[in-house]
Amino acid sequence: MSKEIPLWEVFIRSKNGLEHRHCGSLHAEDAEMALNNARDVYTRRNEGVSIWVVESKHITASNPQDSGELFEPAADKVYRHPTFYELPDELKHM
Amino acid sequence: MSEAEIKSLEAQFEAKIANDEKIEPKDWMPEKYRKTHIRQISQHAHSEIVGMLPEGNWITRAPSLRRKAALLAKVQDEAGHGLYLYSACETLGISREELYNQLHTGAAKYSSIFNYPTLTWADMGAIGWLVDGAAIINQVPLCSTSYGPYARAMVRVCKEESFHQRQGYEIMLSLCNGTEEQKQMAQDALNRWWWPSLMMLGPEDKDSVHTEQSMKWKLKRKTNDELRQQFIDQTVPQADILGLTIPDPELKWNEEKGGYDFGPIDWDEFWQVVKGHGPMNKKRLDDRRNAWEKGKWVRDAAMAYAQKQNERKNKQAI
Ligand SMILES: [Fe+2]
Ligand SMILES: [Fe+2]
Repeated sequence: MSKEIPLWEVFIRSKNGLEHRHCGSLHAEDAEMALNNARDVYTRRNEGVSIWVVESKHITASNPQDSGELFEPAADKVYRHPTFYELPDELKHM
Repeated sequence: MSEAEIKSLEAQFEAKIANDEKIEPKDWMPEKYRKTHIRQISQHAHSEIVGMLPEGNWITRAPSLRRKAALLAKVQDEAGHGLYLYSACETLGISREELYNQLHTGAAKYSSIFNYPTLTWADMGAIGWLVDGAAIINQVPLCSTSYGPYARAMVRVCKEESFHQRQGYEIMLSLCNGTEEQKQMAQDALNRWWWPSLMMLGPEDKDSVHTEQSMKWKLKRKTNDELRQQFIDQTVPQADILGLTIPDPELKWNEEKGGYDFGPIDWDEFWQVVKGHGPMNKKRLDDRRNAWEKGKWVRDAAMAYAQKQNERKNKQAI
């Protein structure tokens, strides 16, 4: 059998209250082994309390070439920010 | 793409790096950038993996449970470093299989320091102290290199390295505070590892082909000679604390330059080892190949098991 061992992306929650963050990837035959390997490779020093693994092929990513189209429209929508609104100085805490 | 378009993309790309922005896997990059990074990151990964062998050699013979646990943890870290780096390298579009293949066929290089034998327990001290010490000096600047996945891997690696060096130095310290024979053992290890450690920081600047391009891409932030000087200046006082003598009669403090002068390095030896004629080159590669080939049935079984589980799940779903 010469099939490539699947690639997985690893996400770790460092402590409760924080989100899972992507920390790297690894190869494993199935989800269970991916979890076990992730524990050994990415949490040898108490870096995590919870692990997610997802096979890399299931991730759909935006293309950097589309970045302009996707993200630039937000740049001219200054009215989405609180500082856009002009209010009197006497008004505190708003 | 026309040549002019590529030129303009290249200019944008270089400007991005000069501006300290990171390059991420799906971003456009010049072919040369991709190739150079595959070469450097994979060499680095191979070095971590082959680097486990000289130390693995002593795990079963560590002199105490404390030492054994520490050495085992250190070697396991090196496996982790190799894995972080292989993953980073794969984001450039090369498969793990191909990377292993390059190592096993001798097409890829790894750090030549691992082609020296580990003859006594003191070598575990000298390696942690000197080899990991030189590695740290090499690696810290890479935490801010331009390729995102490489930089992130290096941040993790560097966080873990300082324990490696400290456990090595502690081994040396115990030996130096022990019997005359133990101290001799420490001195002998220093004598054998000193020069290879200096070589580990790479050829002299005047003979180094990659430096300028590497500097631009932040694959290198200091030249080999600068790194070597830094290593020597930091290590000599550490040898003094141990009461050991650096095996270089020409080593002398130079007040004017604020660093040590040192004797000539035997670069013939370095190139011999790089070309495969070091004392352990053959054994290291044989051990790697063996591990890979003898582990094949385990990988196959795991794949077969995963496939069966999958089929079973699918059948239940129907
Ligand atoms: Fe390492
Ligand atoms: Fe290390």
